Amino acid sequence: MDPAAIIANALRAALGPSAAAYALLAIGLNFHFGYTGLLNFGQVGFMLLGAYGVAITVTVFGGSLWLGFAVSLLLAVGLALLLGAPTLRLRADYLAITTIAAAEILRFSFRASPSRDLTGGVFGLSGFAEEFNALNPFTSGIQFGFLAYNQRQLWVLTVGWSLVALAVLLTYLLSRSPWGRALKAIREDEDAARSLGKNVFGYKMQSLVLGGVIGALGGVVFALNLQSVHPDTFLPLLTFYFYTILILGGAATVLGPVVGSVLFWFLMAGMDATLRQAGAAGYMPDWFGADALGAVRFLVVGIGLMLLMIYRPQGIFGDRRELALNVR
Amino acid sequence: MVGGTDVREPCVRPRARERWGRTSRRWDRERDMRLGSRVLVAPIVLALLVLSVAPALAQDADDGEALQGRIADPEREPIAGVEVLVVDEDGVEVGLGVTDDEGEWFVPLPGPGTYTATLLEESLPPDVGLRDPERASLEVDIRTDQQRSVGFALGEERGPGATALSRLPQSLLNGVKFGLLIAMTAIGLSLIFGTTGLINFAHGELVTLGAIVAYFLNAVGPQLPIIAALAIATAFGGLVGAGLERGLWRPLRERRTGLIQMLVISIGLTLVLRHVMLIVFGGASRTYSGYAVQAPIEALGVRVTPRDLTVMVFSVLVLLGVAFLLQRTRLGKAMRAVADNRDLAESSGIDVKHIILVVWVLGGALAALGGVLLGIVENVNYMMGFRLLLLMFAGVILGGLGTAFGAAVGSLVVGIVTEVSTIWLTSELKDVWALLVLILVLLLRPQGILGIKERIG
Repeated sequence: MDPAAIIANALRAALGPSAAAYALLAIGLNFHFGYTGLLNFGQVGFMLLGAYGVAITVTVFGGSLWLGFAVSLLLAVGLALLLGAPTLRLRADYLAITTIAAAEILRFSFRASPSRDLTGGVFGLSGFAEEFNALNPFTSGIQFGFLAYNQRQLWVLTVGWSLVALAVLLTYLLSRSPWGRALKAIREDEDAARSLGKNVFGYKMQSLVLGGVIGALGGVVFALNLQSVHPDTFLPLLTFYFYTILILGGAATVLGPVVGSVLFWFLMAGMDATLRQAGAAGYMPDWFGADALGAVRFLVVGIGLMLLMIYRPQGIFGDRRELALNVR
Repeated sequence: MVGGTDVREPCVRPRARERWGRTSRRWDRERDMRLGSRVLVAPIVLALLVLSVAPALAQDADDGEALQGRIADPEREPIAGVEVLVVDEDGVEVGLGVTDDEGEWFVPLPGPGTYTATLLEESLPPDVGLRDPERASLEVDIRTDQQRSVGFALGEERGPGATALSRLPQSLLNGVKFGLLIAMTAIGLSLIFGTTGLINFAHGELVTLGAIVAYFLNAVGPQLPIIAALAIATAFGGLVGAGLERGLWRPLRERRTGLIQMLVISIGLTLVLRHVMLIVFGGASRTYSGYAVQAPIEALGVRVTPRDLTVMVFSVLVLLGVAFLLQRTRLGKAMRAVADNRDLAESSGIDVKHIILVVWVLGGALAALGGVLLGIVENVNYMMGFRLLLLMFAGVILGGLGTAFGAAVGSLVVGIVTEVSTIWLTSELKDVWALLVLILVLLLRPQGILGIKERIG
């Protein structure tokens, strides 16, 4: 066992590109769930569209990276409108079921063989990040003590965290604006907001679109980091990762999703490294193989999500009074 | 009868397919459609099909490009000595793979590119043929250092003459079979929602739990006959339902936890249950001992194995029993009263806490039972419940959230939609149609086909 290596691993993940991508997805979800009280269980669908928007535009149609960005964001807007139209007038739990179903519809359709020419089917797409890599201004990797990133990671990480910073700024400004107050009012009491003449449906839709677009950006960063996309990455489980991140940091707070993501990746990577080292050192029982190692990660997320929701639904920073969560 | 013994020249497609090339797109799509439409869901055949489209499953440690695969008969016994010819884009032979005693073959490739693997049918044992003779040759794109599995589905040949209409009865039957199982599990989901307002995302995991408990009783531990394993697993499901209500949900309700909070907690519970089962059961799909393969009975243009027929009849009896319980007994009336209006029921002297506990026992038992039956007709794996959960949602919302009969009718519709769609469309997308129906119903008639119109906005 080497505690220094475990902490190095955990820190690397906590500040790495994936943490930035997840932070963006959680920030998007924060608009939906934290500020507006929309139960979006299909955030991974927005992530999928973000990732594939860039991948398909660049590899299949030979478009530029910027066009890919635009396509990703437009697709996310489209999905939000499509999902919101039938469900935003219904009770919160209907939205939950519809969004999880929509995310699965997307995943099934993208992996099916008839769409292989467009999406690469189960094999996914790769080779779309060249243009992005070519823009890399860094000429070498970086090393702070035991925290090291290579040249490419440094570039993805810079772009990812810059986007996170922008999204945080946007959250800060919007949550203090009249628009943000209207969202919170809808979350607290939809009927009261309506009786004050607010267009509840319109506000909810705007929130769904905005959060979806930020989520799609997260998908773009995720795809650029991996340099390939596979449909089976985008399982419904991921959405619940984002919920755990959001609730860990504190829903309806500006910095909650970011702190949540950093902490989440620190804990997950730290746990993985610990288990793997314990396995290598022979401390683990025989039945604890690679399958089990992957499963433990999800298991811990599940336990964490339950405990958080039961004992501290406001997360680290949140204000309990602010979240009167209920089905309306 | 296992057919397909006509010996054909190995057909090697001369046309090279450029990656993402437009030239072969139509051919590709037609092939996929044909593939989809051929799938009359005999579960084993389906499993083989899934193998044939699944991504590289086995990854050898050695570097370099390679094609590999495992050839097994419909009973999943490996066949040795089968030959697979691999040629490159120009039709030049790259290698000949011969299956070993494990049924596995392996052909190393010179580099990335498009290759065609052809199963030489004359090397197959006389009683086994390709399920779809047109899929004797498969084209694969190989990237640098990629090792891909190629699957050939063996089994009964589907004659080319089958039209959509002639396949309809069989698909309907399969759909009803599947729908009955969705219905059995969905009733519990619907009753729990009706009485407590909670959408229990962990319901799918109760289904998996039943199937896995029965698996351990039947195929691993005491080797009980499947009927006994089924009974014990059902009872266990009821017990787990009761345990969840007493240990988790009732205390939460007493703490006045919000419903959305409980919804997220049920997702946490899903993750916990599913991955505990993954650790215990592993990621593979397994079948119960006995009954895995049976000769089908043919009648009235449909073929059904005695096993599936038994499962269907049993499911109908169970559903009728639940209907009787809900309609004719005091307990059932009390359940419906609580679902209808909890406060009114409580003030008229019904012990609501007790009724909710009974609903959880019933829901847990039905879910576990449905899981065992699904495990019998298909197979057992740790994800089976989650797949079913989305279809249960579709069924429950289709029929009207909170009504038990609506859930049953909606589930039957969902089962039929998924199976009948495979006549025309690829079976990879069959769940998609059910989920689209779900969204359409929410758009057009959010109270469901049997629900009473009320304000749910």
